[in-house]
Amino acid sequence: MTETVQINALENEAIYIFREVAAQFEKPVLLFSGGKDSITLVRLAQKAFHPAKIPFPLMHIDTGHNFPETIEFRDRLVEELGLELIVRNVQDSIDQGKVKEESGRYSSRNMLQTTTLLDAIEEFKFDACIGGARRDEEKARAKERIFSVRDDFGQWDERNQRPELFDMLNGEIDFGQNVRVFPISNWTELDVWTYIEREVLEIPSIYFAHKREVFLRDGLIWSASEHVYRDEEEEVEERMVRFRTVGDMSCTAAVDSYATTISKVVEEIRDSSISERGARIDDKRSEAAMEERKQQGYF
Amino acid sequence: MEVLKIATAGSVDDGKSTLIGRLLYDTKSLTSDKLEAIERSSKQKGYDYLDFSLATDGLVAEREQGITIDVAHIYFSTATKSYIIADTPGHVEYTRNMVTGASTSQVAIILIDARHGVIEQTYRHFFINNLLRVKDVIVAVNKMDLVDFSEERYNEIKNEFQKLVEKSDYEDQNITFIPVSALKGDNVVDKSKIMSWYSGNTLLEHLEKIDTADIYNRGKARFPVQYVIRPKTEEYHDYRGYAGKVYGGSISVGDEVIVLPSETKTKVKEIYFYDKKYETAARRSSVTLTLENDVNVSRGDMIVKVGELPKVEKTLTATISWMDAKQLVPGSKYVLQHGVNKVLAKVSAINNKINPDYSGIETGVTGLQMNDIASVSFQLNKPIFFDAFKEHRTNGAFILIDPQSNSTAGVGFIE
Repeated sequence: MTETVQINALENEAIYIFREVAAQFEKPVLLFSGGKDSITLVRLAQKAFHPAKIPFPLMHIDTGHNFPETIEFRDRLVEELGLELIVRNVQDSIDQGKVKEESGRYSSRNMLQTTTLLDAIEEFKFDACIGGARRDEEKARAKERIFSVRDDFGQWDERNQRPELFDMLNGEIDFGQNVRVFPISNWTELDVWTYIEREVLEIPSIYFAHKREVFLRDGLIWSASEHVYRDEEEEVEERMVRFRTVGDMSCTAAVDSYATTISKVVEEIRDSSISERGARIDDKRSEAAMEERKQQGYF
Repeated sequence: MEVLKIATAGSVDDGKSTLIGRLLYDTKSLTSDKLEAIERSSKQKGYDYLDFSLATDGLVAEREQGITIDVAHIYFSTATKSYIIADTPGHVEYTRNMVTGASTSQVAIILIDARHGVIEQTYRHFFINNLLRVKDVIVAVNKMDLVDFSEERYNEIKNEFQKLVEKSDYEDQNITFIPVSALKGDNVVDKSKIMSWYSGNTLLEHLEKIDTADIYNRGKARFPVQYVIRPKTEEYHDYRGYAGKVYGGSISVGDEVIVLPSETKTKVKEIYFYDKKYETAARRSSVTLTLENDVNVSRGDMIVKVGELPKVEKTLTATISWMDAKQLVPGSKYVLQHGVNKVLAKVSAINNKINPDYSGIETGVTGLQMNDIASVSFQLNKPIFFDAFKEHRTNGAFILIDPQSNSTAGVGFIE
């Protein structure tokens, strides 16, 4: 026992943020998608509060169009770590007539999630929602704060953000407002993968190269599934692919890959010349797609 | 991986975004889809070169106006370091963003347009990096291509800037001059072939050589308690862990410490990081401490070493950088957040306004407007445990929160 705690700047920063959330808020929740970023968040939260349990629940907004591998993984992780999981379904919002299912070639439930999320925040009176968004992902996210205040309608006002100075996080809010918290704001995709490798974290199998039924559209590789609209002339083929993000099947494209282990994935990311969100169909809608969704209350 | 945070400062047309874009391009950090988007957009606008500024200008309003509004964060890495650039705007009205960017950075890049030399803005940029005690300042003399890569012009600007450095009271600040052309790529990542008269490092070479372990200003060890961990399980029945981040210096098992404000003396019993025990917690590590004696410790308390006490006072004077549209006037009340500790503060006096261009002070000021910098005295409802900012970059800073709007209205550097 002669060691010194090694300084891992990003990990230390994230742990500090988690502790600020637990101290400053009454009802925090960790938004969990089953993806690599939220898996990383869970490990960081464990580290922040050990030997106590993580002092808040996880919540998944389930579109019903997830990859089955992700859902199976989610349930196993929650069980193994003894965590509390809340699931709210986009299907319920559709059934209640609050949102309308999109139709056509590019239909997706991605946009519909926002309503279900905002309803759940109100239902449970959550005052802090912890998410795995990173500033390197997308240009609108590059301006996001670590503590990002949302008004009573869950909306983001990017012109009126609080300055964040030194380590000091201002979590003062009025009743009805909530704060979105991003502990891994300063991590890059490669940082996340390197961390998963170092911590030997388990992740859903779709992150590794596997054979899958896919079809090509607009230069992207789409999953062939009942949840994804496909024209008759769009031919299905089998390909070795993996996914870099785990959004819905309808908005997440695959990439060609032979990376079957974490270390091969890390190597691939290091050499990759396409950005992570380059395979996100939801971002391709327009130059400002993310910014517009964020203003409405998206993750 | 080492992480280095960099703040940039420059006037509207100094080519800051182009410099950052060039840095990303030459380090092969721009992915092919981003590069394509830049090529497409540059072509659309009819430029005959790549408009790198598009790599950093994020929000819709910025794309419309072609300017950077807020602090944006840009990431790139080399084999040895991860870099985070806080790209802050350079207009007069945005002092608050520059202060914000500099507060989390260890390195600052100040851009100067070689055609215009040192201008009033440059004074302001240097003043802020001085005020915030940013250790390493790089003065990038940009657009050298537009002054025929002239060594004479470069030296002229260097001499002008040196006069500014003489006004500084921060002797440990490292200042480095580099002649660059961000547009053409000279001395950003690759050495300039044309400016053979310059024998120093390129911008990236300089950044690569900075020792990240040494770039944080040292001070006395301060451990503000963030959160008390009480698992209440069979295995950890009596466990009381104090979670927080170590600032200034390291803390080891067996150290004799004092808990403030109770002034109880005890010893550090264990240091935990996750499920492992350690002998020492280095500065800037987020750890959990347990103490020998059963003392009452809560969030906002501070653990320090015996013989290294900070000031414990209910009044203080600080240099304030004001960031709110609502004025600060004598008598106004705020929540003062010092690290993780919160107290109530009342403005007892505005002593004077400080001109951020080194032209002196103004007295008889009745209120502070956004972007003003001034010396202000406060009265607190409870004592806080602080150091002068010049001696401790973390324990000497606080923010002021407006109790009505909850906004972060200003930042203070304790004198």
